[in-house]
Amino acid sequence: MTNIIELKKVNKWFDKFQVLKDIELEVKTQEKIVICGPSGSGKSTLIRCINRLENHQEGKIIVDNTEISEDTKNIEIIRAEVGMVFQQFNLFPHLSVLDNCSLAPIWVKKLPKKKAEELAMENLKRVQIEDQALKFPGQLSGGQQQRAAIARALCMEPKIMLFDEPTSALDPEMIKEVLDVMVDLAKGGMTMIVVTHEMGFAKEVADNMIFMDEGRIVEKAKTKDFFDNPKSDRTKLFLSQIL
Amino acid sequence: MNLSILKPKKENLQSCLVVGTSLFCFGIFDIFSSTFLNYNITGYLPGIINYFSPLILGALGLYFIRIEYSGNKTLDTINKNLNSSNFNAVLSLIVIFVLIKYVPPTLNWTFFDANFVGNTKEDCTGDGACWVFIKVWFNRFMYGMYPNPEQWRINVSFLILLGSIVSIFILPHKFKKFIILFLLFIFPIIALNLISGGIFGLKWIETGAWGGLSLTFIVSAFALIFCFPIGVFLALGRRSDLPAVKYSSIGFIELWRGVPLITVLFMSAVMFPMFLPDGTYMDKLMRVIIAITLFEAAYMAEVVRGGLQALPRGQYDAAQSLGMGYWRMHFLVILPQALKLVIPGIANTFLALVKDTPLIFVVGLLELAGMIGLAKTNPKWLGMAAEGYVFAAFVFWVICFAMSRYSQNLEKKLSTER
Repeated sequence: MTNIIELKKVNKWFDKFQVLKDIELEVKTQEKIVICGPSGSGKSTLIRCINRLENHQEGKIIVDNTEISEDTKNIEIIRAEVGMVFQQFNLFPHLSVLDNCSLAPIWVKKLPKKKAEELAMENLKRVQIEDQALKFPGQLSGGQQQRAAIARALCMEPKIMLFDEPTSALDPEMIKEVLDVMVDLAKGGMTMIVVTHEMGFAKEVADNMIFMDEGRIVEKAKTKDFFDNPKSDRTKLFLSQIL
Repeated sequence: MNLSILKPKKENLQSCLVVGTSLFCFGIFDIFSSTFLNYNITGYLPGIINYFSPLILGALGLYFIRIEYSGNKTLDTINKNLNSSNFNAVLSLIVIFVLIKYVPPTLNWTFFDANFVGNTKEDCTGDGACWVFIKVWFNRFMYGMYPNPEQWRINVSFLILLGSIVSIFILPHKFKKFIILFLLFIFPIIALNLISGGIFGLKWIETGAWGGLSLTFIVSAFALIFCFPIGVFLALGRRSDLPAVKYSSIGFIELWRGVPLITVLFMSAVMFPMFLPDGTYMDKLMRVIIAITLFEAAYMAEVVRGGLQALPRGQYDAAQSLGMGYWRMHFLVILPQALKLVIPGIANTFLALVKDTPLIFVVGLLELAGMIGLAKTNPKWLGMAAEGYVFAAFVFWVICFAMSRYSQNLEKKLSTER
């Protein structure tokens, strides 16, 4: 299988502080990768670099055979192919859930309105909130909002989905409904990069695990190896604390 | 000595009520008699006590009737709303006294002693306001020096405007878009041609003759329509990453915000023509409208920028992650939210704009307040300043209050909160 995402020697600084150090990463089509690590280790920054919500200063990021650079035209094309789900949902509060989902298909993919709304309803059904379509985000529970956000990203029919701690802002009992949707999505063959601390989810879904600390990828391994015999001491320490 | 007997309690409700009410009524009567009967009941008391006696009596009275859970519904309501503590009781009393002292004279001046009949100043024989002044000059206050036989043209323009605004509220949603487009792009052209004339056999009427309330409307309407989009673009410009755009926006905003409107108007009328090449001419009214538009756009820009800054970063992230570029992100996601947030600020700027229009008198254009200023200097109508400006205040208040109510309505309608 080909690499759909490639990161080569990526370095990034916030002013003088280096957040990403020599990141090397390859993601194959349909591969599921879970990134974990302590807070401030650069996990979120890493996946935000993949659709250039953050820009990197050194190295190469290639997504779907296109290098991410200053050229904004390319970036918009790549962003349309890479769906992203945020910790804080970031739904558009002035639009109904249905409009949230159909907005980008209409204006970015130029679908006719009717078609975009059909697509939106399809994806809302997929995340099981089709009955909430006409409500505003403020009227939904956290779990429903996050599922709506996933549906919104899916409406762009992305090749890759990025999840930035999708369950961290949720009440414990709502985490499961969101994870169920994600597991479902993974089984459907989506390429996924997930930053999360839900190790149960990671064990069930991930092909590869990545552990990051202080801006570096400390360990990358097959999921089973990662949990059964981690190599680095730092990983061992981290796992012993969260498992 | 046991003072607890003086403390109002539920057990002696009856006697407390009698004592309290009579003290309170005595206080009210004191202020009443000194205002209307010219007799000061407490005149024999030393100066300062005399002055405050209604307040002291009233406060004592209210103290006695302040009985919680008395069982009497009316009393409880009064206590809760007007008399919940000594401080609030004093505030309530002051409000009541001010109403007694100043409302009747005001009403007398405006209505009961006022003169409505007649055609000259000499017909005003009463003590109150001389509304004859307004009546005689009404036409000028509305239309300025616009010739009487042509005034139907202004009326027709405003009827079209009014008709379209009403139809926005009545017609179903899908027509709204067209009416708004008509109002923004076609109506101004129709109205301008109709009022100024010069085509279709309409007599040309130069802008110097325009005036009165209709000029207020014309200046404010054009300035409102244009200052809003300019302000939005300036606000976006000020937050731009491109240094040229950013610093020219900052420069523009700070320049216009730092200058008083009256000097801007003066320069637009007196200095600007000097910079124009020979032979070119720009209408004075047009220059004034442009000056006011740019001036208010600078304020609008800062109001809108406030809204932009209030939006969380996540909204930008989400819009970008869906593949939206700068303009789509701003027009679909950012501005709808930001503008909704700053509706009170926008309304504020619009109200200020409407109330700033009288300043165009410095360049010789006389809208409502300007016409009144002119009328009051007419030798036959000297001394009518109060009536004139009260009338102007009333008209401006009606316009501004309507705008304010509309903005509040809009806020409620656009709210998507729970």
